[in-house]
Amino acid sequence: MNLNRRQALGLATGAAAFAATGFRALPAMAAAEDAEKKLMEFAGGKALETGRITLTAPEIAENGNTVPVSVSVESAMEGDDMVESVMLLAEGNPSPDVATFRFTALSGVAAVTTRMRLAKTQNVIAVARMKDGSVYMDKKQVKVTIGGCGG
Amino acid sequence: MFSRREFLMATAALSAIAGPGLVGGWSRAAAQQTLSENDLLDFDGYGNVTLVHITDIHAQMKPLYFREPSVNLGVGDVAGLPPHVTGADFLKLYNIEPGTPHAYALTSEDFAALARTYGKMGGLDRVATIVKRIRAERGDNVLLLDGGDTWQGSYTAQQTLGADMVEVMNALEPDAMTGHWEFTYGAERVKELVESLPFSFLGGNIYDAEWNEPAFEAWKMYEKGGARVAVIGQAFPYTPIANPRWMFPNWSFGIREEDVVANVEAARAEGADLVVLLSHNGFDVDRKLASRVDGIDVILTGHTHDALPEPVIVNNTLVVASGSNAKFVSRIDLDVRDGKLQGYKFRLIPVFSDIITPDAEMTALIDKVRAPYEAELAREIGRTENLLYRRGNFNGTFDDLFTQALLEEREADISLSPGFRWGTSLLPGQTITVEDLHNACAMTYPQAYRSMMSGKLINDILEDVADNLFNADPYYQQGGDMVRVGGMGYTIDVGKPMGSRISSMTLLKTGEAIDPGKEYAVAGWASVNEGTEGPPIWDVVENYLARNPVVSIEENRSVTIRT
Repeated sequence: MNLNRRQALGLATGAAAFAATGFRALPAMAAAEDAEKKLMEFAGGKALETGRITLTAPEIAENGNTVPVSVSVESAMEGDDMVESVMLLAEGNPSPDVATFRFTALSGVAAVTTRMRLAKTQNVIAVARMKDGSVYMDKKQVKVTIGGCGG
Repeated sequence: MFSRREFLMATAALSAIAGPGLVGGWSRAAAQQTLSENDLLDFDGYGNVTLVHITDIHAQMKPLYFREPSVNLGVGDVAGLPPHVTGADFLKLYNIEPGTPHAYALTSEDFAALARTYGKMGGLDRVATIVKRIRAERGDNVLLLDGGDTWQGSYTAQQTLGADMVEVMNALEPDAMTGHWEFTYGAERVKELVESLPFSFLGGNIYDAEWNEPAFEAWKMYEKGGARVAVIGQAFPYTPIANPRWMFPNWSFGIREEDVVANVEAARAEGADLVVLLSHNGFDVDRKLASRVDGIDVILTGHTHDALPEPVIVNNTLVVASGSNAKFVSRIDLDVRDGKLQGYKFRLIPVFSDIITPDAEMTALIDKVRAPYEAELAREIGRTENLLYRRGNFNGTFDDLFTQALLEEREADISLSPGFRWGTSLLPGQTITVEDLHNACAMTYPQAYRSMMSGKLINDILEDVADNLFNADPYYQQGGDMVRVGGMGYTIDVGKPMGSRISSMTLLKTGEAIDPGKEYAVAGWASVNEGTEGPPIWDVVENYLARNPVVSIEENRSVTIRT
């Protein structure tokens, strides 16, 4: 490279060196309260139990705009042992209810994979409602970072 | 010409590195007051399988100086546990006498003085001697496993896009490798090189980003010494975050613990007597993984560049850390019978380049791949009065040189230099060559940007990087060290949560507090964003050295640490 000093400085800011992350629409507290409300509605007054449901998501998102998440629920998917629906919540997003999936016996298994946008570091929540009315929840923190200074 | 160095011990008794579980030949060396090749390599073979581990070579083929960190803080449950023990504490923990060859190899204590006594370390021709000797002793019962960060980190690797390292490593005949910085050559180049390898490139946690399915071979079964040995590969989980994702946009990584579990189960189902994880997770991530995933016998860990003289045992898993820059080779002899690991014998072999005879064939090959570049490699661009090194959580003198060059050459208020753990060391009085400079910055995204940033953004960056390093949950750590800063100072409280670790940000040239709302001219390099513009960092530093050929760095007091 034979750039002289002036030219080099002139090149300057072609691209931002660090990207600002995500959008900032609602205060986090309001979003978290909203998520809590959606969760309670879904549970229909039942206590949230742990176990049976597994949420798989990256610890740190590679791209906050498209974060892969999977949910699976242990169930025979026949008779009374049936998953009715699974809801995915992003606690810190302006609209925390990301998706609701409904299942039937023909589904065979209660497992879904999708991608979601995460505005910032937050908890992702997966909650399953069974045919008998019981409700199971799993939760994982997904970090959305600026990135780029490790190694 | 290789001339054997006589080691006169600095102290009367070279104390053995001889904790429980350690089987060393060091006591004999102590008695003789010298250390010979046989002292380093004599090893009463044990069991029926031998693993040889080398990792994070960073394209260093020739002997070098590499100072281990003096600051390497652990947080949460691992505070004060290896590898978060440095200097005199490390020597005490492992019962190593100060001033001995092993004190020199494993710590930063009296580094410059001991380096003059004990010489350079590493060199892949010395490593070849070690590997050949182990193979001669153990026949076909040896697995040589390379933990990755092998193809990047030198001028010649940069010029050949990793081809020089592939050629030299192929001569060592590894059985498998995994990767991290390899991916910064871009997806097409990685595919080309991986397809050319006469051995497996394993990465069970590398997925096709579009179809969300495995993109690389996850694990492989080997028959060794009558046992079935499964080796599972684990690439650096945060490659697309710590490095430019746009260079390999169709690959997704991650820890993917559930896949490690599935691969261990699959290997056991196929009759594996021994399960080895060849990992680039970093030490704390692997320690946590070992505690949560059953059925892994050995984790050969990498990424965080730690060298530990004995394995850390977690949940019946041996976690082995073999250092960096070809400074160490680990040998693990295993007794694998009746479908399980019955016992082990371990040695972290320090590669003293003046003691271990170079393998002539490998020396010739290294000379051959370097020959087209020798004149440029040797070109002198300055001289240092200080020890120049990089490792340490917050700063290193080599980075002080970089941040100063960025401030002056890019006329900035503040400069940032990434907390890489690679980069070799130079002793006081040494000339700085093109090779030395590139050992500290050879990479495929070297542009030195200059942009305006608000005080708030600078704070956000420091908080973000600090959390990558000091998050109490290792699964959220990316390895690397804290971003280095020039032109400003700050206080860091590592134990606090994200967003509240950084305080007292000060602009050094005025002594004023950094204003969140004010814009500052910031120069840095190695941005992960596509389209970053600026001259390569090596031109910036070389131009600075042309004006300031003698490097003299004052002690860096700009970061105040609270723990």
